[in-house]
Amino acid sequence: MSYCPHTVDEQQSMLGTIGVASIADLFKPIPKKLRAKSFDLPAGMSEFEMLQKMTDLAASNAQGVIPFIGGGFYDHLIPTAVDHLSGRAEFYTAYTPYQPECSQGSLQALFEYQTAICRLTDMEASNASLYDGGTALAEAALMALRITGRNRLILDGSANPFYREVLKTYLANLEVEIIELSPLDGATNKPDCLAALDDTTAAVIVQNPTFFGGFTDLTDVAKAAHAKGALLITTVYPVSLGLLKSPGEMGADIVVGDGQSLGNPLSFGGPSFGFIATRKKYIRNLPGRIIGETVDREGRRGYVLTLQAREQHIKRHKATSNICSNQSLSALRGLIFLSLMGKQGLAELARLNYEKAEYAKAVLGSIREVTVLAGSPTFNEFTLSLPMRATKVVEKLLAKGIAAGVPLGLYYQDADNYLVVTVTEKRSRQEIDLLAKELESVLWS
Amino acid sequence: MELIYEKSVAGRKGVRLPASDVPKAKALPKKLLRSEAAGLPELSELDVVRHFTNLSRLNYSVDTNFYPLGSCTMKYNAKGLEAAANLFAPFHPMTALLPGGEKLTQGSLGLLFELGSLLAEITGMDEVTTQPLAGAHGEMTGMLLIAAYHRAKGNRKKYVIVPDSSHGTNPASAAMVGYEIVTIPTAPYGDMDLDAFKAALNDEVAAVMMTCPNTLGLFNPHIKEICDLAHGVDALVYYDGANLNAIMGKVRPGDVGFDVVHVNLHKTFGTPHGAGGPGSGPVGVKKGLIPFLPIPRIVRKLTGAYTVEHENPEGIGRTANFFGNFGVMAKAYAYILMMGKEGLIQVSEQAVLNANYIMSRLKDLYEVPYDQTCMHECVLSASRQLAHDVHAIDIAKFLIDQGFHPPTVYFPLIVKEAIMIEPTETESKATMDAFIDAMREAAELTEKDPDILKRAPVTTPISRLDETKAAREQNVCCQ
Amino acid sequence: MEIFFSKEHEWVKVKDGIATIGISEHAAHELGDITFVELPAVGKSVKQFEVLAGIESVKAASDIYAPVSGKVVTVNEALETTPEIVNDAPEDAGWIAVMEATDLSELQNLMTKAQYEEYLKNL
Repeated sequence: MSYCPHTVDEQQSMLGTIGVASIADLFKPIPKKLRAKSFDLPAGMSEFEMLQKMTDLAASNAQGVIPFIGGGFYDHLIPTAVDHLSGRAEFYTAYTPYQPECSQGSLQALFEYQTAICRLTDMEASNASLYDGGTALAEAALMALRITGRNRLILDGSANPFYREVLKTYLANLEVEIIELSPLDGATNKPDCLAALDDTTAAVIVQNPTFFGGFTDLTDVAKAAHAKGALLITTVYPVSLGLLKSPGEMGADIVVGDGQSLGNPLSFGGPSFGFIATRKKYIRNLPGRIIGETVDREGRRGYVLTLQAREQHIKRHKATSNICSNQSLSALRGLIFLSLMGKQGLAELARLNYEKAEYAKAVLGSIREVTVLAGSPTFNEFTLSLPMRATKVVEKLLAKGIAAGVPLGLYYQDADNYLVVTVTEKRSRQEIDLLAKELESVLWS
Repeated sequence: MELIYEKSVAGRKGVRLPASDVPKAKALPKKLLRSEAAGLPELSELDVVRHFTNLSRLNYSVDTNFYPLGSCTMKYNAKGLEAAANLFAPFHPMTALLPGGEKLTQGSLGLLFELGSLLAEITGMDEVTTQPLAGAHGEMTGMLLIAAYHRAKGNRKKYVIVPDSSHGTNPASAAMVGYEIVTIPTAPYGDMDLDAFKAALNDEVAAVMMTCPNTLGLFNPHIKEICDLAHGVDALVYYDGANLNAIMGKVRPGDVGFDVVHVNLHKTFGTPHGAGGPGSGPVGVKKGLIPFLPIPRIVRKLTGAYTVEHENPEGIGRTANFFGNFGVMAKAYAYILMMGKEGLIQVSEQAVLNANYIMSRLKDLYEVPYDQTCMHECVLSASRQLAHDVHAIDIAKFLIDQGFHPPTVYFPLIVKEAIMIEPTETESKATMDAFIDAMREAAELTEKDPDILKRAPVTTPISRLDETKAAREQNVCCQ
Repeated sequence: MEIFFSKEHEWVKVKDGIATIGISEHAAHELGDITFVELPAVGKSVKQFEVLAGIESVKAASDIYAPVSGKVVTVNEALETTPEIVNDAPEDAGWIAVMEATDLSELQNLMTKAQYEEYLKNL
């Protein structure tokens, strides 16, 4: 099975046109001594057999585990129309829209995506997507270093540990100083952040809500950063922006996040998309593809890839980033999701998440010796303090088909008894009550 | 077409959410709420469906048009792959990272491990990480691995060598990791100038990045010598796998002497390009680099069970949120299962056959700057047409009117008026013949009636767009 | 005022140690429609043939090298909003920066107008 269409006769005729006797002749430029020493692969199979094998493989994952986990990926509802529309072959079998006249579908959709991201974050310019939340945060940091010409970053420790690791991996070989603040009651560590700010700081990097779930108004941090000539970078959970004060309103300069929660399946961690938005004045420093509006020869409106001179295919080693392929199809799913939700729907969705989580807080917090970390308000995630190691609790509940949360001790010191619980709109009251019942039984029976 | 925001009607709703089954909660303090709802469109489901369905119809795509975009391997994307990936849509990646979670995710972990093993065999490497999210991300991961290797050995290295025919991502990826770039010119025979390379090579060179076959579609017969020379100064050699579709089963980068390899699953392994992504760029390494691989790393235990290693003190750290673009990898795995050994060899043979067929039928009318047997793609030049003031871009636009997505134009940068054609193995002779006819017609019109080329395209909803206006005005979101 | 050209197609006119710098007609034509000029910071010091500024068109990005050493005293701020001036009048209103030249003997490393025209013929 290789989807190669030529008949024997056609192949012969083509070889004749080329003027060689066999396919082997076409590989003559490759010296014999360079030929493959091995190519030990299984024999091919039909689509039917492949799907059987894949079905078996998927079946060897546990089915129906109830997820109260996040960690950057969230179990949200996805309207069927998202799959249907992003499954249009004209979208998913096209590539980067280099030729605008025959790619207006992708270009207009991505322009609409950029608009949606700007409106959601209250920023002025977005690119056409990055890979994921972690790499978007790293790109934002690199962008801030370029804009300010400085080399010191303040990174709040309550940001997603995976994102922080990605950021450090990206910057490992550059001369950049990263001041990492320890988390404070599950919220942004504002006192240490303000104390660390100086006029060599390129940016303050904050996640809001934090990995622990806490949400804060960062207006004061933005002001303090700006007073020192530094930028504020925030990484946000896009669904929360249906309800919560936007980063633009707080004065953020670069806003990033992971778009999985907007219409993309969990899919064991990808693909999702990273988004990045900024102020118009920093647009030339954005990494990756950007779509711009223009007109054709008859004055009709159309869309093109723009500001390409920033990018690797033109500027090579001086480009703003090495990114080429992005996550357009996942971004398109995000746009379709947001279009279906609409202005009211996203607000309702966010409120539903908030209410379910508040209910879960109340129910779980009423279990003996279980307390809810109350340093700041939360959206749909919160941290519990347990009378037992959280890893032990999680392992026991997982055996009962409930992913109860993310034990903080996996990522933080002295946090063994803390558990971050996520409650999306998909979790029913019944499931929340079940979690409470099973948690209580693990702790006390 | 109107923007979706222009179709919005205040108060209209598209989706009904589940009713709340929990008591109303105390509202958050007002200062924490957004002052105004985000300006998303307000439409019915049908409005949204019609909008995006009609938008999709403005695209050329592999399923609707021949799409010989050089360097991008726009092969047919088998529909079974989508079905295979959808089987894994519900699984949360975090489950595998929880205590006791590995045994609940053996299917997903096994898929990643087995895909890595297959890719290691295909490329001749010792271990593969599936974490990188695209080709360029793989390159950067590779450069981070190389930097970690040199750091561990106490090597002082500053430079990365790239040929001038390389993809722009190569120098950009090396620069992101802090290296300075040394660019080597291309010799008249189409390969990197060996003498210039030798002159540039010294103890401070960390790596050499090679694409093989290169972006001219040519296989460099001196590639082993280049690897050996680089190793002589303890520089590592990076294989940009963008063109792997040409050589599967014929050459393995690992056998030749490459130390690090990335492969583009969305090119060689049949996963769709998604209007720009997602791709996936797994990276393979030789033994000496395994200690530096990113976390999380998936390992098979003696019992046959798959487990996740979360820590690696010597490693480069983490390059992506979780395990990479899993959905893309599920498709690539399904593709390799279907192709099998013989199928993958046939893929490369037919891809090379098709490219040479197109080249031999066009070289009387178009300049072939490096005229020799090509691999999976051929690079022509519109330099002869330039005498009539017809440029590669005019020919590209004419092809749109003939129903073909244009080849890559103006790349590689070292070829004037480049036209880079990669038909892939999945196209029929009839399709290629129709494309060849259109290219030949363009060459004839260049002399007879170049205005037709200059005006093209005329069959699309819009004509050529003013890119200067877009770049100057920077209108990147709807006000 | 005499004009000198570099091999990288910058021009410089010097009067009383003050050098006005831009790109040649030829360079502006080759770049095509210019969409952005990255102006140097006032006060920046550069040596001869080091990167002074940057210039972009839709499909290309180039560095502009300082034809003489010195310190930037003024930049052409009009180019921030209307970079097309460089296309319209590259050797006049499309000037890019004014520098205090530190070593006028460096002009010997440049070409006269006649020499530059000859140089272009052989490109």
